Amino acid sequence: MRPWILGFIVLFVKLLVVLVGLLLTAAYLVLLERKFLARLQIRYGPNRAGRYGILQPLADTIKMLTKEDVVPEAADRVIFLLAPAVVAAEALLIFAVVPFGRDTMLFGIKVPMVIADLNIGLLYVFALSSLGVYGVALGGWSSNSKYSLLGGIRGAAQMISYELALGLSLVPIVMQARSFSLVDIVRAQAHYPFILVQPISFVIFFISAVAETKRIPFDLPEAENELGAGYHTEYSGMRFGLFFLGEYVNLIVLGGLIAVFFLGGWRGPWLPPVVWFLVKVFVVALVMIWIRGTLPRLRYDQLMHLGWKVLVPVALLNIMLTGAILLS
Amino acid sequence: MNHRDRKGDGRDNLPNFSLEHDAKMGELVEGLKALATGFITTLRHLFRTPITEEYPEYKRPLPARSRARIILTRDPDGDERCVACYLCSAACPVSCISMQSAEREDGRRYARWFRINFARCIYCGLCEEACPTLAIQLTPDFEHCERDILTLVAEKKDLLIDHGGKNSEYNFYRYAGVAMVGGKGTHINEDRPVNLKSNMP
Repeated sequence: MRPWILGFIVLFVKLLVVLVGLLLTAAYLVLLERKFLARLQIRYGPNRAGRYGILQPLADTIKMLTKEDVVPEAADRVIFLLAPAVVAAEALLIFAVVPFGRDTMLFGIKVPMVIADLNIGLLYVFALSSLGVYGVALGGWSSNSKYSLLGGIRGAAQMISYELALGLSLVPIVMQARSFSLVDIVRAQAHYPFILVQPISFVIFFISAVAETKRIPFDLPEAENELGAGYHTEYSGMRFGLFFLGEYVNLIVLGGLIAVFFLGGWRGPWLPPVVWFLVKVFVVALVMIWIRGTLPRLRYDQLMHLGWKVLVPVALLNIMLTGAILLS
Repeated sequence: MNHRDRKGDGRDNLPNFSLEHDAKMGELVEGLKALATGFITTLRHLFRTPITEEYPEYKRPLPARSRARIILTRDPDGDERCVACYLCSAACPVSCISMQSAEREDGRRYARWFRINFARCIYCGLCEEACPTLAIQLTPDFEHCERDILTLVAEKKDLLIDHGGKNSEYNFYRYAGVAMVGGKGTHINEDRPVNLKSNMP
């Protein structure tokens, strides 16, 4: 068989495995979140569908798929129908550059454990995560409802302010790894993970990542008790499900990015690389759920204050500091 | 000393700058401490047994006076307590009680039929309050939902039970609705008439 056909087959199999794995993980992350959050609040969480609620994601999916998909009469139909896909697609596409294991040899060909090793992987991540805002803003706007619109505007404003800190916090990482490729960044952490040398970056990136996933305490675009459900107030059925899916895939992706940039990616002793990667993603997710169970929602001005007056200046200082140390 | 007090002291010609800086740092430390307290609290909750009562497996014992399914009780002699006075039906805010009164050969009234529409009932307990004979009573048994709404209409045979409910000893006809036999002061719970002409006890 010609090598390029084999390459294509490998690529497609890899795509399929990653896509299915990602969607399954997202579904079970919802269950994990509900169970873990419940325990933080001295409850049990879902435990009726199957043993320990193990079938709950399946039940939820069936419910979402069979529910009526309502489109409000006054909504901008085309944009309204497309907006959830933007959110879900953006989250799924980012994962393409995240390396989740060591390169392996299969049938005599090298199979890299990443969908696409882009040399500008980091920029690709930022480009896509910025695109995710369009889903939120357009979904909020096209619903033609005041709650959705407010949620969409908040989402857009929040993303702009935190995207900046998110990007700036990674500049020192790039300076240290001397590459924009995520594979190279993991390779650069062969001796020690970057969290040890870049703790400030880590904190800024983590906070911005929580804001990026629109989770408590940065869930202003949704803000159940002020805005109904924010930008997805008017959505129902599987379109709402897509927003939900996007949010949780985003959580996995950002967990993966934190693992790649700060925790040494798939590196780790004893266990196989893929398992280490998953462990790190889940630890990050659990910490995020813990934060959700603890902190109240920030007010809009506090959110902006934290973003522009604290995170961005500190990130800039951190860049200067890293530069000075690297040059000296 | 509190950092706010120190800020107040800084008014006289001392350089204000470092003190304000101190105050800011104090606020930061306080904020971090508050954050840590929150996280520790939730973490501690993680290792506690959930306080959830899992309903179908565990049924919490309900107080005797909780208001759910309605019953018609009997007096200690085994007769129906209900005298079909229509007071419950009149008191009912949703008009879910209806009946037809009739009279027995010995002159005692009873309900020929008695019907409660549990689909309408709001379990407010006003019927129980209105009942002069303690016949109609609410019980803690609340698990009686049905798929077909018409099966929620309860007839007299469904409502009537063979005990006295909450006040098993009470018998309306011992207190009222009977001809006096023994003269003044001989009836149940009745004192002898006071002699108005004397102030002796």
